[in-house]
Amino acid sequence: MSTLAHVFEAEGIATVALGSIRKQIEDSAPPRGLWCDFPLGRPLGKPGDPEFQHRVLDAAFALLNATEPVLAEFDEPIPDDGDEMLACPLPPRHDPDAHPAIDEARGLLAAYDRGVEMSDGRFSAGRVVPADDIPAAIEAFIRISEGTPWAEAGIPGLPMRVGHDIRSYYETAALAMVDHAPAAWASTRWFLDQTETGKVMMAARQAMQDQDAPQPMWFYLTPGDR
Amino acid sequence: MCSDDVDFSRSQGEATSHLPITTACSIGVVMASSNSFTLMADSDIKALTEALPGESFETTAFTTPPPLADATVAIVTTASLHHPDQDDFEVMDTGYRVLDDSRRDYVTGHWSPNFDGSGFAYDMNTVFPVDRLDELAERGVIGRVADQHLAYAGNQFDLSAIRMDSGPAGARFLRDQGVDVVLLTPV
Repeated sequence: MSTLAHVFEAEGIATVALGSIRKQIEDSAPPRGLWCDFPLGRPLGKPGDPEFQHRVLDAAFALLNATEPVLAEFDEPIPDDGDEMLACPLPPRHDPDAHPAIDEARGLLAAYDRGVEMSDGRFSAGRVVPADDIPAAIEAFIRISEGTPWAEAGIPGLPMRVGHDIRSYYETAALAMVDHAPAAWASTRWFLDQTETGKVMMAARQAMQDQDAPQPMWFYLTPGDR
Repeated sequence: MCSDDVDFSRSQGEATSHLPITTACSIGVVMASSNSFTLMADSDIKALTEALPGESFETTAFTTPPPLADATVAIVTTASLHHPDQDDFEVMDTGYRVLDDSRRDYVTGHWSPNFDGSGFAYDMNTVFPVDRLDELAERGVIGRVADQHLAYAGNQFDLSAIRMDSGPAGARFLRDQGVDVVLLTPV
């Protein structure tokens, strides 16, 4: 982000860079930087709140009046202490012969479809695994969690990419079941801590680590602090 | 608060599968006790990235823009946004995608798990505030919104290609469109 600010200014375009990580924006020192202490992924702060977003933009564009490099701080931080989680309902068991995670994923397909419609697919699955194939992709991670070597489990693509689609599938389904903007990370926490598939992904990640899989293969299956 | 019921049914071709609905939608936010879940905090993820080395610049280029009310403003985001009919971003993709201001079908191609995607899914302006820029233009705060914006991939370990190649190319592209001011947004 700040690299682009330096490059664009050198090409004759004035820039204002928003930054969510204080140390990064301080170290990289863009010509005009506004540190906004917002959750990662939300540089304008609050989804569905145009007034708040305008306050961020007003503060950002005010830096264009500076006559020398400047780093400012937006004065309405949005703290995230990791204590908010969506309380999404999960579908009841439909096929008792199926693994609970598979049954759960199949049962969320309708909610997923609605979530895609609501969000225009902005953060949807399907980049490597189509939504209809998500249960089969989850099955590969079930096998890993049960002891199958990760490279023989049939993951339909790079693990991080497949894991991305699985997480997006669940979070898009969750979006369809709320009528408000979820707090940052609330749907991720719901996925990882409340769903059967989340438990599978955490177990598979640990199994891959125990199998000495290359670190990028398992590390990026979840946010890095997991 | 939430809608009243959760419909877990989905039309599948001619057949429609209806699962029994036994759970009312009670979406909300719960406060989890610290010992019941293994929750992560945004601050923890930020802490993981703080130590990553960044690019350093010996000098800081500084361009003085025209008055904002006369300026053409574009957004450049590192959220890996693209239109669905454009190529998705590859891991370590150092190129950029041109985003048409007249469209609103922006999807994220970012591969990192270390950002919240629900904000963008709920409201694209959380990351890519094109509607807000339109409002500023209507109020005369900015001169006009650029016809095209740019997106890069922010999850880079080596920034040299962006610094030396695709970054300057993107800047020249926007400059040729008459862009005076760029708002840079990360995820």
